[in-house]
Amino acid sequence: MGADPKRALVRFRLNGKPIRARAYPLTRLLDVLREECGLTGTKEGCGEGECGACSVLVDGELVNSCLFPVVQAEGRRIETVEGLRRGKKLHPVQESFLRHGGAQCGACTPGMVMAAVSLLREKPKPSRAEIREYLSGNLCRCTGYVKILDSVARAGEAES
Amino acid sequence: MGKNVLRKEGAAKVTGEARYIDDLRFPGMIHGVTVRSDIPRGKLLGLRFEGDVPWNEITVVTAGDIPGENIVTMHEKDQPYLAQGEIHHSQEPVALLAHPDRDVLQRALRSVKLDVEPLPPVLTLDDSLARKHVIWGKDNVFKSFRLQKGDPSSIWLSAPRIVEGEYVTGAQEQLYIEPQGAIAVASPAEGVTVWGSLQCPYYVHKALKPLFGLAGDRVRVIQTETGGGFGGKEEYPSVIAGHAALLAWKSGRPVKMIYPRDEDMAATTKRHPSRTRIRSAVDEKGRLLALEIEFLLDGGAYCTLSPVVLSRGTIHASGPYRCDHVLVDSRALATNTPPHGAFRGFGAPQSLFAIERHMDRIARELGLSPEAVRRANLLRSGDTTATSQIIREKVDFPGLIATAARHSGLREKCRSFARSNRGGRFRKGIGLACVMHGAGFTGSGENNLKAVAGVEITPEGRVRVLSGSTEIGQGTNTIFAQIAADALGISYDDVDVAQPDTRSVPDSGPTVASRTCMIVGKLVESAANGIKDTLVRGGLLGKRYTRAQFKAACSRHAARAGSLRCLMSYEPPASVSWDDANYRGEAYATYAWAVYVAEVSVDMVTYRVSVDDFVAVQEVGKVIHPLLAAGQIEGGVAQGIGYALYENVVWKDGRMANNQMTNYIIPTSLDTPPIRVFFEEDNREHGPFGAKGIGELPMDAPAPAILSAVEMAIGVSFDKIPVLPEDVMHALEGRRGG
Repeated sequence: MGADPKRALVRFRLNGKPIRARAYPLTRLLDVLREECGLTGTKEGCGEGECGACSVLVDGELVNSCLFPVVQAEGRRIETVEGLRRGKKLHPVQESFLRHGGAQCGACTPGMVMAAVSLLREKPKPSRAEIREYLSGNLCRCTGYVKILDSVARAGEAES
Repeated sequence: MGKNVLRKEGAAKVTGEARYIDDLRFPGMIHGVTVRSDIPRGKLLGLRFEGDVPWNEITVVTAGDIPGENIVTMHEKDQPYLAQGEIHHSQEPVALLAHPDRDVLQRALRSVKLDVEPLPPVLTLDDSLARKHVIWGKDNVFKSFRLQKGDPSSIWLSAPRIVEGEYVTGAQEQLYIEPQGAIAVASPAEGVTVWGSLQCPYYVHKALKPLFGLAGDRVRVIQTETGGGFGGKEEYPSVIAGHAALLAWKSGRPVKMIYPRDEDMAATTKRHPSRTRIRSAVDEKGRLLALEIEFLLDGGAYCTLSPVVLSRGTIHASGPYRCDHVLVDSRALATNTPPHGAFRGFGAPQSLFAIERHMDRIARELGLSPEAVRRANLLRSGDTTATSQIIREKVDFPGLIATAARHSGLREKCRSFARSNRGGRFRKGIGLACVMHGAGFTGSGENNLKAVAGVEITPEGRVRVLSGSTEIGQGTNTIFAQIAADALGISYDDVDVAQPDTRSVPDSGPTVASRTCMIVGKLVESAANGIKDTLVRGGLLGKRYTRAQFKAACSRHAARAGSLRCLMSYEPPASVSWDDANYRGEAYATYAWAVYVAEVSVDMVTYRVSVDDFVAVQEVGKVIHPLLAAGQIEGGVAQGIGYALYENVVWKDGRMANNQMTNYIIPTSLDTPPIRVFFEEDNREHGPFGAKGIGELPMDAPAPAILSAVEMAIGVSFDKIPVLPEDVMHALEGRRGG
């Protein structure tokens, strides 16, 4: 396979591991994660930055990976839902979503979990109002958000 | 039972390991897309494949390539997989394309030109009723029902008061977060195998057989993890699965079809828009003396499931109220919009919206409270419904209302809001709605369906539930495992639930109609009991046993007699009798009963309505898993809030104009109030351990409760949903302007 001159080499760290990907610069980070890196936990819900199902952390900041050209990932630190657990042990946010009904169909869950992780890093014990505000960019159609808010609140309590 | 065990597939979902359809990749797999019409009605004269596109590399399928029947098998044989000469709606599939490179495919899609001769479309219920253009059958009517009890015409002349109203509901998009998708492998030698995001594997199986002219054993359908359905993945997956399989059949390669969100929203089914006219005779206390209801649904271009949706809507049209004289005339009509279909509630949210708004209208016209008018009419045990079904189980609406009123502060707030609403930027209101929802298929439906589910044991002592009912987020895997574990007296952790695959699980009927727990769960319970009886009768197990003894019995049985599997088939309860011709009798074996209260505030500057608090009280029989059950109610209420206040499908020339999440608005975490859920468990005679259906119930009451609250807040009675800020503005400014 000859190298396609339009493809650029992009280097970044993905869940702590170095990645060298060859991709068209404007390829969505979402596609690189799912197709080149084989991490399909990050979901596509709308492809236009509305639903948050594709949420990942870039240098600790919550972004919609469907709106993020891979060229901008150069030299940066990407975290996805696959990077959260330590061995068999779930991350406290994952554990809390599992115990408190935060996941139903699961399609919004990886993005929602990443948003919750991001919030709890910024603010370990958020108020209910702060959780509602922070998660308002992540749509869920199953839960009515009640158990998601419970899960995030309890994860905050458990972690501190 | 009654315990909050961990969701079976929960860990896979929170870690991202769960595999949804778009997460699967097969060697040699290529991608498929659909070429669609861009006019709502016309003649298709031909297709041109133009542009700078490597057409020789692209697999193209048109109607002529179909090996079997070009029909999506459903109630009527009216919908083709690919248009053949005629176009009936703006998203009609006319051809299919496949190629390994999705960018090439997108270019190709834009380069197919359709030669069409447009015909005048029928786009509204009134146009369809007028029959200036007949677009379906002889009269544009997919189905009609006439349900009669007593004789309303004998009442009008002597009626103390007559109250009339018209109520309208819009289309609603299911908006599961995972879009529709399927992967197919197909060839004349191997038959057809489809993996997909779907609710009903045997519906897809039934549709693929005639499409390819194959026997049942050469078609296989496997459900992958499914990211929400809500009815949207009930009938539509038969279409996308068929399309993917046609491309795979012709190309000889695995084909993946995943709809981008805009295509999913534009092309797949939505909740039927409705119009209901109610004429009622009441006495001075608001008691219903007679009801005449005309209930119309817009079915779109093809029949799909409209007759069944219409049926449920018709039976629920008089609400949870007793009335001796009822006539319901209902029709599902054809228009040139993409077909409407199943969505949680299935016709009942539409007709219950109408009767609940009508109860408020009666209250207004008689100067009574909405609660008082309902109390005067709510069904009690021993009363008969509109289908003359005698309600034999305990129905305690006064108790449900009391619980809802206590938790919501209904009565105090009715008084305090009336005082505080005289001025200020925010006006507040509180409203209630009372509903029932029939569990399982209507009338003789379960009887005809004869669902089968089973349980098997392995030599290692594990138990596997075998069913075609799907996990779509609502908790099927978890409650089935709980039911089997409890019946067998073993640990929940020792039970697995088989992936729905038509090669290895029986046909349990579709995953719809609030039937999974009550009907199929009961079969799982019976099958588990069958396993236990076999082991006990075979002398392998005592009446009481430990986990180790159970495991030992399984392995001894395997050694002695091989595998042990128990399949159970649905047997109707003796009391269920249904007259399909006259729509009389036991419409449902049982109902869930509910009283919901919504509290809202209306911003008099922005005209935004927000729901501040929500109380949902329901009697649903035994609650198998309180956390999952509450999650069902909360999610349904949020969809109901969207239905009432946000979700507006904008139609332009028979096409959804706002087919994006950017401009079709569903509730976010900020738009959803605390939803407080309370269960009563009065009745225990149906379903496994006494559980009734709950999945659809929460969709029924939010919209009317919210509009009732809005009416209290600003004194405007809306009879059409959604109510958007601009509707509030027009109503208030119109009133001010005179």
